[in-house]
Amino acid sequence: MENLDEKFNETIKMGLEIVKETEEDRLMTLSVGPQHPGSGHFRFTIKVDGDYIVYCDPDPGYVHRGEEKMCEYRNYIQNIPHLERPVIHDSTNITYSYSLAVEELTNIQVPLRGQYIRALASELNRQVYTLYWLGIYGIFLGHSTMFMWPLGDRELFIDLLEALTGARVTHAFNIPGGVRNDMPEGFKDRCLRQVAYFEKRLVEYEDIFYNNPLFRQRTEGVGILTKEDAIKLGVTGSVLRASGIPFDVRKAEPYDIYNEIDFKVQYMKTGDSFARSMVPFLDMRESCQIIRTLLDKMPQSGEVRAKLQPNPKGPAGESYKRVESGRGALGYYIVSDGTPKPYRVKLSVGSFRNILALPYLLIGSKLADMPSIYWSLNYWPVEADR
Amino acid sequence: MATAPKDFRFGNFVGSLIQLIFWILIIVTLVGLPLIFIILFYVPLPPINGEVLTPYLFFSMMVDPTRTIPIINFMIHTDMFRVAVFPGFTYAALLAAATIFIERKFLAKMQLRIGPLYAGKIEGILQLIADGLKLISKEIIVPSGADKLIFWTAPVAFVVTAAAVVSLIPAAPGWVVADLDVGIIAVFAFLGFFPLIALLFSWASNSKYPFIGGMRALHQMIAFEIPFILSALPVVILAGSLNLTDMANAQYPYWFVFFLPISAFVFYISSLAELERIPFDLPEAESEIVAGWLTETSGMIYGLIQLGTYVKLYALAGLFVILFLGGWAGPQIFPEEILPGYTGEKIYNATTVNAVFWFTLKTLGMIMLILLPRGINPRIRIDILLHTGWYKLIVWAFINIFVALLLVYGGILGPGGLLST
Repeated sequence: MENLDEKFNETIKMGLEIVKETEEDRLMTLSVGPQHPGSGHFRFTIKVDGDYIVYCDPDPGYVHRGEEKMCEYRNYIQNIPHLERPVIHDSTNITYSYSLAVEELTNIQVPLRGQYIRALASELNRQVYTLYWLGIYGIFLGHSTMFMWPLGDRELFIDLLEALTGARVTHAFNIPGGVRNDMPEGFKDRCLRQVAYFEKRLVEYEDIFYNNPLFRQRTEGVGILTKEDAIKLGVTGSVLRASGIPFDVRKAEPYDIYNEIDFKVQYMKTGDSFARSMVPFLDMRESCQIIRTLLDKMPQSGEVRAKLQPNPKGPAGESYKRVESGRGALGYYIVSDGTPKPYRVKLSVGSFRNILALPYLLIGSKLADMPSIYWSLNYWPVEADR
Repeated sequence: MATAPKDFRFGNFVGSLIQLIFWILIIVTLVGLPLIFIILFYVPLPPINGEVLTPYLFFSMMVDPTRTIPIINFMIHTDMFRVAVFPGFTYAALLAAATIFIERKFLAKMQLRIGPLYAGKIEGILQLIADGLKLISKEIIVPSGADKLIFWTAPVAFVVTAAAVVSLIPAAPGWVVADLDVGIIAVFAFLGFFPLIALLFSWASNSKYPFIGGMRALHQMIAFEIPFILSALPVVILAGSLNLTDMANAQYPYWFVFFLPISAFVFYISSLAELERIPFDLPEAESEIVAGWLTETSGMIYGLIQLGTYVKLYALAGLFVILFLGGWAGPQIFPEEILPGYTGEKIYNATTVNAVFWFTLKTLGMIMLILLPRGINPRIRIDILLHTGWYKLIVWAFINIFVALLLVYGGILGPGGLLST
């Protein structure tokens, strides 16, 4: 009998334990990525309570390639092709600040025409990157036309860059001392023509995407990043400018000839997903103007590259230079010990800074807002992992 | 999956057949031929024109041109033909297939692409068949821990329910599989099955993303079911009948869309939501929840659900045409006689052909209208969707109910009205 009683009591206990609902039982853990269609080469774990996200843990590192360590085994010139791998769609900008830092270390002066061509290539490449980003943003929100249009128009700038540099995506165009080669003949006319066409297309983008009421409903007031928080989290680029801070490296710390170029820093004050998606669009528009100005002011002839030693090396020292890339400030910190190979190269990339805002913005928002917040952060997983 | 073994040679296969030729001949002569003769000479067919036929006589009469037409006429008016071919499944599936092709090409033009190009030489017209073959040849993966019975039956139930809706839609006067007096109620009853199937399937998948997708499907379809039914109510009031054929006939001179534009709009929006088309494709929202309740589908299970979706698309577009666009009404453009001087029995009926033509044309247009928002709209968010369904569409649907009541009591439309015949 005792035995039976014990068994009975145990069964009752088990039943009570099953019935008791804890806080954890309400939550569902979802692993978003790296196999998720809306994640890229990146994973973050979220916990949802019904439709609301209550926990978020970004887990980058799936495409870590050790670029910084690889730099220590190659000399300054050999480093260029592999350094543009982290973000091939913005490959001119990612080698731009590297070239600037090496020039400072080795004390090389870039000829004026070289500086202009370099800025021109980087502006064209920023368009390529932003268009790619915009296409992905479109398909993340289920807008298939906005996926096809930017990716089709991206060809305009890819073709221009192919004519300019000889390669379609990974150009290896910026090198310490200038650019690899001069502009081809008739490039200016072609460039102006394509940019004019692209500006017409931008109006259509605005009509079909940015002015779409459904798009506005989905993004306005979603994932608001206030001015103070943006500064505290250390975000950069379009995310920072969308929160009302008109910071652009091209304006704040002008490099090369950017202090001679007149342009406005585009920013918005709301800090929501809509602002974060609108600022790169406004940047594209501004970039078209910059391209025109650059082509106008460019000296008609001259050297494009300073003569380098076969194996350039500078005195022991360090340098830090940054440029404005498609995703924000992109800086290189290079330490030299006087040998032809760098002692240490450190990339400071915009993507990694921006992803810090992800848990902050996602927690408390709805599951359906996840793609619009995540991709509006202008995050490129491969660049963040380096 | 059925694949040929690695060391398969066609020559060896033929060789083995030749080795077995003796036994093959024995079996064919002793079993096969008697069976064929029994079927040909002794199985009775239903009487045609008072004659009792066997299959042998049937086939021999098919060869004789003078006796073929009565047989074809008889075949056309069987229930089997209605279920399988004309207003039934084949017609719906063919129309759906045609629409998929048009949709692909149209969307491609919209997005500055080319679309399908290679399959079938002419502009990739056979792309759908290629896709279907690909789906058939793929392995079906059932997740471990899935409820196998429900996992296998839910896709079939999906197609069957979609086909059941199709069976209620008349395509021409008298051409309907099931001519129910409560037609419209039966349609909504069948449509009520779909969220259940989606939820069952997502639950049976034993996976997280399908579960979220299933819950979304349930919320969405229930939120839009009520405006859906309410928007059809004014048509019932004006037509004075629940029968779909009567509804189409009731709007002979003036289509109801002119009197009930808001209802038509609400019905259109609700059918978008019911069909899970963009901008209401939340249950399959790719970038949020992978593929929603279809995440664990593979191979022909996915194919069946897609087939069901497109058949359902035809059914709802057809329903819109019947309720608001006058059904098969349209100017007579086909001649009464196609063979002048022919005096024998006719298959060709000008009125029916005309009705089918107009119905098909309107339905195709309606399907395009349902598919097109995909090109210009992003996906809507679930809270906005539910708000639209519960707060806006229901209110709008009520406006036209009052309009319909006014029209009926004012003696303008409805049974015995001024404008109705």
